Amino acid sequence: MDYYAQPYSSSAMAAADISRDLEPQRSYLLRVARLQLRDEALAEDVVQETLLAALSGTGFSGKSSLRTWLTGILKHKIVDAIRKKQREPTVASSFGDIDAEIDIEDFDALFNERGGWEPKPGEWGNSPEDALNQRQFLDVMDLCLEKLPPNTARVFMMREVMELETDEICKELTINANNLWVILYRARMALRLCLEQNWFARND
Amino acid sequence: MTDTPDPTPPARPPLTLKRALGHIISCKDASRLVSRREEGPLSAWQRLALRLHLSVCEACSRFERQIAFLRTAMQRYRQ
Repeated sequence: MDYYAQPYSSSAMAAADISRDLEPQRSYLLRVARLQLRDEALAEDVVQETLLAALSGTGFSGKSSLRTWLTGILKHKIVDAIRKKQREPTVASSFGDIDAEIDIEDFDALFNERGGWEPKPGEWGNSPEDALNQRQFLDVMDLCLEKLPPNTARVFMMREVMELETDEICKELTINANNLWVILYRARMALRLCLEQNWFARND
Repeated sequence: MTDTPDPTPPARPPLTLKRALGHIISCKDASRLVSRREEGPLSAWQRLALRLHLSVCEACSRFERQIAFLRTAMQRYRQ
């Protein structure tokens, strides 16, 4: 049999397959990276590195979804980028002052002096999950996430999308657990309110 | 001492033991515990106080469901 009859090795074929599958994931990865880094150029870099690592790596077993696998790689790249940024004092200021976002008293405005809701959380209907199948709802979600203060959004994404443990986040951002809880509480309160005002109240 | 019945019915729901226990913590405290619980187990005291509060407070029960929904929504974001 002619040696040249098979111009591509099977591994090259697999690589071609995977690069075709990777492209559609790019915009998702960029969205996540942008929300966490709030730096367009850095987000592009991190996604680039993630895709390169995915192409050269052999870690994808097909057991998890491609997106889950990529998110796992992206998580490490983002943590590396944050670590690097924190070591550069001149750039660190672009992250803003995380302490400024910790004030829990901000949300006291949502309660009366006896600690009761003011106003009360609204009714979101019997199956708010139905909203998750609607493109417009996901757009509203994105807008609500973008409206969060930068560090609050970053911490919330690290926790809920990257699924980092709280002690890992505390270590990376050098904040204590109490401050982390305050930031996550703040993120949830703000997101809840934003979704209620911009989606659930409208669709009653 | 008089045996004349009180002519006016109570305007507020009667203060039962359950309601009293439910208000050991405020809605503000309860909302913080609901969020805090997403990050790891609460203490036995916190769990009890929250459970009692949620059993009498419809607004906080709603809040609890909405926080659970947020988690589901963020998971969907990831898929």
